Amino acid sequence: MSRYIMFVCVDGDPDTDPAPEPDIEKWVADHDASGKRVGGDRLAEPNDATMLRVRDGKQLVTDGPFTEGKEFIVGYDLLECDSMDEAIAIAAGHPMARAGRIEIRASWPLELNLS
Amino acid sequence: MVSTLIRITGDWSLAEDCTADAFEKALERWPRDGVPDNPGAWLTTVAKNKALDRLRRAANEARKLEQIAIMDELEADVNEVTDDRLRLIFTCCHPALPLEARVALTLRTVAGLTTPEIASAFLVPEPTMAQRLVRAQKKIKNAGIPYRVPPIELLPERLGGVLAVLYLLFNEGYTAVSRVDLAEEAIRLTRVLAQLMPGEPEVRGLLALELLQHSRRHARLVDGALVPLEEQDRGLWDTAAIEEGLALVAPVRSVPGGRYQTQAAIAAVHARDDGDYSDLVALYDRLGGGPVIELNRAVAIGMAHGPEAGLAAIAALPASDYYLVPAARADFLRRLGRGDEAAVQYRLALAVVKTDQEREYLARRLAEVEG
Repeated sequence: MSRYIMFVCVDGDPDTDPAPEPDIEKWVADHDASGKRVGGDRLAEPNDATMLRVRDGKQLVTDGPFTEGKEFIVGYDLLECDSMDEAIAIAAGHPMARAGRIEIRASWPLELNLS
Repeated sequence: MVSTLIRITGDWSLAEDCTADAFEKALERWPRDGVPDNPGAWLTTVAKNKALDRLRRAANEARKLEQIAIMDELEADVNEVTDDRLRLIFTCCHPALPLEARVALTLRTVAGLTTPEIASAFLVPEPTMAQRLVRAQKKIKNAGIPYRVPPIELLPERLGGVLAVLYLLFNEGYTAVSRVDLAEEAIRLTRVLAQLMPGEPEVRGLLALELLQHSRRHARLVDGALVPLEEQDRGLWDTAAIEEGLALVAPVRSVPGGRYQTQAAIAAVHARDDGDYSDLVALYDRLGGGPVIELNRAVAIGMAHGPEAGLAAIAALPASDYYLVPAARADFLRRLGRGDEAAVQYRLALAVVKTDQEREYLARRLAEVEG
């Protein structure tokens, strides 16, 4: 079993297929029930994002998201799957796979020595 | 009761044994505990439990054999492709990998080519290719790309990448003559794919293309020297391969057809060898751009309309580093009797040539125009 994060994003070139979009609540419920989805949230608007950098001991806090432009992250989901193919299959059923795009990245827990 | 057990376990002797065991148990218990309200049900339950028990114990020993048998059955249902090399190819061609990485990785792990050989096939520098391979291998591991042939419902999608890889594999065998086994490997794998995906014309197109090019393998080289198509001994052409290839090619003016079918149609023009090149340019038009195709198209113009037209077509090409451009120019100039200019181009071509056979051929032509 591997962990994946799906970054759900807006895309400048969405699907034009007229078929009805999948239901997001059903998607969440189905994958929560199967145990493949272990978490996730919608994100606040990019305009409400805050950017932080620390340089030479100084905190530089600015307004704005990580990426400029029309393609930004609107939410994320955490998946536990057997393989990338399974993660792809799950993400493909998300309505934003059509209306936007989804970045799938494997993730690993940090091995921290918490003693 | 025995028949019930037979139905449940499918095993006659087991059923009889367990029935006998149940009766034994009854003789043991009933005097002690009293006869149950439903003796028949009691007996059946005991016999059934006994049977299941024995099956479980036997299963522990036979489990491995059974699992293998079950897995084979499942794989035969779900994965009709059992060739291990194809499993590897589909994995190397996973869409999560960039296309160039898919092709490179397959050539490296399935075909066993060295990194320099792959770099040459792609016209890229060797360090670039080395990096590409390392990144691809890392990604398979880090992203959890599964090692398997995709399930049936994904197969059509995943095929495009595989065809591209097989074609490059074939080409490496075709151009580097000492690696004929690669070409035959590519043909073998393409044939398997064609059998598995009979509804997919591009696989047949690729197979036709490979067969038609492969048909000239004995004629392309004589005493280690490269022989151009027009000078080849037709008696050395593999007529069985040509027949098979031509049979797979659709008539030119029918349905447009994908890349491989179009290239197969081009190869068919050469294989038919009837001097009719009128379809060639239109076929190249269907293929689109890139330095290799553009040059081939310009040469096709020359074949259909004469060397002057061919030269003009080459002159009209956007600048590229494609190493065969000077060689093509040289050839048209030679046919036009413009020996001095041809010599200049042959020298340019010799400076960038890639294989020994090509070098010898160009040197021979240079000697001809200078002699």
